Amino acid sequence: MKERIRRVLDDHGRLPVSAGILEDEANLYSAGMTSHASVNVMLALEEEFDVEFPDEMLTRNAFESIDSIASSLTTLGVS
Amino acid sequence: MALYLIAPSIALVGAGAVLAARARFRLRRIDPVRIGVDIVEVRDVASALASPRAERYLRLVYGAGERRDCSSPGFGVEPSRLAARFAAKEAVRKAIGGAALEAPWTSIQVERGPGGEPLVRLAGPAAAAARELGLRRFAVSLSHEPGYAAAMVVATR
Repeated sequence: MKERIRRVLDDHGRLPVSAGILEDEANLYSAGMTSHASVNVMLALEEEFDVEFPDEMLTRNAFESIDSIASSLTTLGVS
Repeated sequence: MALYLIAPSIALVGAGAVLAARARFRLRRIDPVRIGVDIVEVRDVASALASPRAERYLRLVYGAGERRDCSSPGFGVEPSRLAARFAAKEAVRKAIGGAALEAPWTSIQVERGPGGEPLVRLAGPAAAAARELGLRRFAVSLSHEPGYAAAMVVATR
């Protein structure tokens, strides 16, 4: 799952470095992801994993690291 | 005996009042004005609008009035105008800080005033976070350049 998340981040996160070199717990905002890029990442994750994040999961914290994104997706039943 | 019991109580109430007054004064002194600024690349908005989830993006981030204000006949919704509104929302979040950083995008909206000037309208968690700080007035300025949109917000009590 985390490799797919990294691909989405590379395509939509507008990070100045490849997501492949980021630790799972690295803060994506500190790494350069903007607020709008996080929205684009969220939309792309929904498309990639065929899920829809409920409103209560659409927080800044939920998208701050690969770990936190994976945790949110796991909650939605993605394995 | 009764005097011994009442006197410390009066002293405690008095001390509490003094501390509360000091806290109010400190809050006023430190935060008479708060500012927020943000810049958005228009291509990020265009990318969201081109995605299969464009409709979800529009409804998740922008209110009906904002979507209407950013549309024009023949052109549909304009990415640069949406980008300016997104920048304004983020600037408001930064100006308030704290819980507002997690506020839903639609709880911060930019409307048009009688003279066409942009006005900030808050609801839900964003409004609650602003109330907590006593912030009642928000002035916003939007700017466009090809490729970028920016906003600055000044929040006052």
